[in-house]
Amino acid sequence: MTPALRELEALFPRGLLRQPGELVAYESDALTAFRARPLAVVLPESHEEVAAAVRWCQKHRIPYVARGSGTSLSGGSLPVEGGLVIGLNRMNKLLRLDPKERIAVVQPGFINLQVSLAAAPYSLYYAPDPSSQPVSTIGGNLAFNSGGAHCLKYGMTSNHVLGARVVLPDGETALLGSESLEGIGPDWLGLFVGSEGLLGIATEVTLRLLPRPEAYHTVLAAYDTLEKAGEAVAAVVASGLLPGAMEIMDSLAIEAAEAAVGAGYPREARALLIVELEGETPQVEAEARHLERVIRDSGAYEVRVAQSEAERMKIWKGRKAAFSAVGRLSPDYIVQDGVVPRSKLGQALAEIERLSERYGLRVANVFHAGDGNLHPLILYNGRVAGELERAEELAGEILKLCVALGGSITGEHGVGMEKRAYMPVMFTPADLEAMRRIRRAIDPLELANRGKMFPGSEAKPLSHGPHPLEKAGVIARE
Amino acid sequence: MSSLRPTHPKEVQEAVRSHPRLLPRGGGSKPALSTPRERQVALELIGLSGVLEYNPGEYVVVARAGTPLSELEALLKAHGQYLPFDPPFARQGATLGGTVAAGLSGPMRNRYGGVRDFILGVEFVDGLGNLVRGGGKVVKNAAGFDLPKLMVGSLGRLGVLTELAFKVFPYPKATATLEVAFPNLGEALEALYRLAASPIELYALDLVPPSRLVLRLGGLPEALSPRLERLERFLNQQGERLQGEAEEAYWEGVNDLGRLGEGYLVKVALTPRRIPTLEARLGAAPRRYMSAGHLLYLAWNEPLEALDEALRAEGLPGLVLRGVVANPRIGLNLEGPFGLKVTAALDPQGRFERYAAPN
Repeated sequence: MTPALRELEALFPRGLLRQPGELVAYESDALTAFRARPLAVVLPESHEEVAAAVRWCQKHRIPYVARGSGTSLSGGSLPVEGGLVIGLNRMNKLLRLDPKERIAVVQPGFINLQVSLAAAPYSLYYAPDPSSQPVSTIGGNLAFNSGGAHCLKYGMTSNHVLGARVVLPDGETALLGSESLEGIGPDWLGLFVGSEGLLGIATEVTLRLLPRPEAYHTVLAAYDTLEKAGEAVAAVVASGLLPGAMEIMDSLAIEAAEAAVGAGYPREARALLIVELEGETPQVEAEARHLERVIRDSGAYEVRVAQSEAERMKIWKGRKAAFSAVGRLSPDYIVQDGVVPRSKLGQALAEIERLSERYGLRVANVFHAGDGNLHPLILYNGRVAGELERAEELAGEILKLCVALGGSITGEHGVGMEKRAYMPVMFTPADLEAMRRIRRAIDPLELANRGKMFPGSEAKPLSHGPHPLEKAGVIARE
Repeated sequence: MSSLRPTHPKEVQEAVRSHPRLLPRGGGSKPALSTPRERQVALELIGLSGVLEYNPGEYVVVARAGTPLSELEALLKAHGQYLPFDPPFARQGATLGGTVAAGLSGPMRNRYGGVRDFILGVEFVDGLGNLVRGGGKVVKNAAGFDLPKLMVGSLGRLGVLTELAFKVFPYPKATATLEVAFPNLGEALEALYRLAASPIELYALDLVPPSRLVLRLGGLPEALSPRLERLERFLNQQGERLQGEAEEAYWEGVNDLGRLGEGYLVKVALTPRRIPTLEARLGAAPRRYMSAGHLLYLAWNEPLEALDEALRAEGLPGLVLRGVVANPRIGLNLEGPFGLKVTAALDPQGRFERYAAPN
């Protein structure tokens, strides 16, 4: 054992993993295709222990990555080969719940869904709902500015984080934000959220809670073309309604969801649209009448309205399960995450279909139609030589398409390792240089989550198969 | 005092590169932030104006930073949309850039959020004269550092804003306002807390001291009457109703924060918990709490040091918008090395005013 490792062992007598068998679980995250072997994993239990781990890395110039449940789909929590993993799962406490001020203060390893469960007795909830929410942690959500199905109306994680206590890459502590929705001075917290672990590690996070909507109105509409479903979304928007969520699934995704959870979707539909209104009962009832007219005029051949909470949950169950369900149609798949302006959805889908034919790979589409966030699932067989590479190439083409249409290379998964090569498609050298200057000002040695977000910094880790949790259907790729 | 008036981002770049000390300035509606100090050259941005992209179906608008709010809002209104963070000083010439740099939102921020929640993209000239873009022009985006949010409240310290993209929403088809008087502050605050934790969706939830709440509802016209009745039942008391043109005019009046009163005009960020003790310190200063007690605007006629002390005692940060001041940032300022390092990264030569934390 090297002197540096002995030092680390002294710092973490009960929270150091070194044995190959212990490290395997940390070799990859939910970006199934890659793995890297860390030098060691530490499991701090306090802010001070996180700071000690970061200082140790600084002293010995060891790159590190902070990690929660490892559900990142962009390889954001993939270890640096030979680096340290700072596992935050032991810091999983709810520190304070203040229903009157409508805030929750949590440690980074606290699970997203648990926030809403803890707030439920007060009729409050935590709005950001990535599909990984039963397992993903607030620390990871914060680092990658996670999204979900309600971003058009409610924004992303960043819009629901009020404050954070963080360990900076030099081991010092900073307090960013406050408990107020307003601030004075530059929005340092706004910069920190979504910085993918490059600017520090949050150890305490203050979250904003919202009152639970009084009423929901959930509509499932079936169409004989994908185009009609897309046009229906445009018509809903044009009517002046602002639904909490609008989701579309194509026939391949419908087939997969039905096979997996039997949500009772019309199987022969070419596209399904889910629209959900929420709010005060009289308002939702009035909006529902407007929505009914819009949907009727949109050419839906079948329309179902959830008559109970159970029916509503059933509609959502198929949607939420769609990603892992695709595993039933194909041994392997890549989940892509791109954004296009809503008016370009039809064009983007048509182009994706052409790409799919050209590459000879099936693509299932599930997307957050309200905010233009596409999730093409590229089906491939990793045992067929060259197919993974072809799938990756196709995924890259889709990202370039999104940027060409005026959108983004990621709506909610982040750049991580997976998309760093596409940053120059979206940003100019001057843009990237400014971001990199900020990064180096905070972390001159670029130790914090090295190899992520910025192009060309590290060699690609090795490829391997799907994450075991994903195979088991515990985590979904969305 | 000299000033420059660029009409293109390239001219902003040239101006930044050729002047050691600059103060960007929009419509001048917040003079405490836009009056050049010694040796500073004013960089007038009203020449950098105009909407660049707007497709109502996208809920996104892109405009030059010097675009007046009034111009953008008129365009949005023609399509039944609005800026949901409800920026103040719309009729006093405020620009988009000035609004973002000052980090200002208005009463209707209560419904969907403040300027930080609606900014999607930014283009700015950093202290080296580089033109930098961050964020994007779509409503959902997680690529790269969130430079758009960083610029909210930055007071021109990190760069000169040249272009901004915002998410916009449909404006409610009908609105109504209910004013409710309470016997004392304690009861008004209790009602404020109950409302804020309820599923009642208020576009505005303002507290006008000593003990009046002003509540704004919005939505479909056919649902408005039953909702007003529900609201009164929830509060267990009747209020004074405002509707139609009088209601619109009332909120337009509130939008001009200058009408609060004479003297310094100050923004304070807070939580409602601070209100009882803060109220005891503010005397007769005209003021209005917005967004369920998270935002205070007040007019101040005493020496500014007294307000600075009061805010420090409460642990609250403030920003002077009107009045002659050396440093518009008053009250608590906890800014530490993180902010200083980011500032140095974007403006290594110190061309922009930093408003360093006093003491």
